[in-house]
Amino acid sequence: MSLTAKNKDTIKSFWAKVAPRAEDIGTDALSRMLVVYPQTKTYFSHWKDLSPGSAPVRKHGKTVMSGVAEAVSKIDDLTAGLLTLSELHAFQLRVDPANFKILSHNLLVVLAIQFPNDFTPEVHVAMDKFLSAVVLALSEKYR
Amino acid sequence: MVEWTDFERATIQDIFSKMDYESVGHNALARCLVVYPWTQRYFGKFGNLYNAAAIMGNPLVAAHGTTVLHGLDKALKNMDNIKAAYAELSVLHSEKLHVDPDNFRLLGDCLTIVVAAKLGSGFTADVQAAFQKFLAVVISALTKQYH
Repeated sequence: MSLTAKNKDTIKSFWAKVAPRAEDIGTDALSRMLVVYPQTKTYFSHWKDLSPGSAPVRKHGKTVMSGVAEAVSKIDDLTAGLLTLSELHAFQLRVDPANFKILSHNLLVVLAIQFPNDFTPEVHVAMDKFLSAVVLALSEKYR
Repeated sequence: MVEWTDFERATIQDIFSKMDYESVGHNALARCLVVYPWTQRYFGKFGNLYNAAAIMGNPLVAAHGTTVLHGLDKALKNMDNIKAAYAELSVLHSEKLHVDPDNFRLLGDCLTIVVAAKLGSGFTADVQAAFQKFLAVVISALTKQYH
C-alpha cells in the first residue's frame, strides 16, 4: 500500500496546516496514548509526571512531531531518510513496534479534533497510509 | 462481566443521548469505505462506490450507516450484559453476512474519529478511553459467536 503521487501532495498540503500546531498536536496525541493505552506508560517510568499535558509529555510530543516532520520532508524515500531514527528505536529505545500503531491512531484522533473540516476522508486515508509507511521505516532495523 | 465505572457509564450515555445518528452513522461508514477500501467487498449491491465523492454521496451508504450506528443502542440498554445482547447479531454477521470481524475494529476506529471531530475539545482523553472501551466490548460480543 505505497504512497501515490496524489497521496504525497495531499500529505504535504495538509502538513503545511499541521506544522504551526505541531507541538500542541504531539502533546495531545501522546497524552491520549498514555491515558487510553496505559501499557504505553511502561516506556516512561523515568518521567516525574505522566499526566496529560505535563512538561515531559509536551517536550516529548514536540520531539515525536519533529520526527514526523522529518518524515514528510523525506517522503520519497522513508527507509533511507529515517535510518538513524530506526536504529535509535531498534537498538536503544527498543520500543515494541506495536506501539507505533497505537500512537498513529491517537495522532489521527487529534488531527480530526483540530481540523474537523480539513481532515476529510481523502486526507485521512493519505495520512493513515503515510503513518503506516513511517512505522514501517522506523521498524526497519529491528531485526 | 465487564466492569464500568460511573464515569464510563455516564460518558457513554451522554455521548449517545446527543448523537446525530444520521450524520455520524453516514460519515463513519463512508469514511470506513474510503480509508479501508477493501471493506467495500460487503457492499456490492450499493452501486457507485468508485471514489470518495461517490461514496460520500451514496444514499444507500448513508442509510446503512444510520442502521449500523443504531445497532449500538442494544449495548447502551444492556451495559451489564453486552455479550448476551449481541448473540443474535453475532450469528448474523458470521453465518449470513460472512463479515471478517477485523472490519468491526476498522469501522470502530472511523466512528471514534468522526465522534472526536464532532465533540472537539469535549472528546478528552478520558472520554476517548471510555468510548473506545465501549466499542471494544461491543466488538468482542459481535465476534463471540464466530466459529
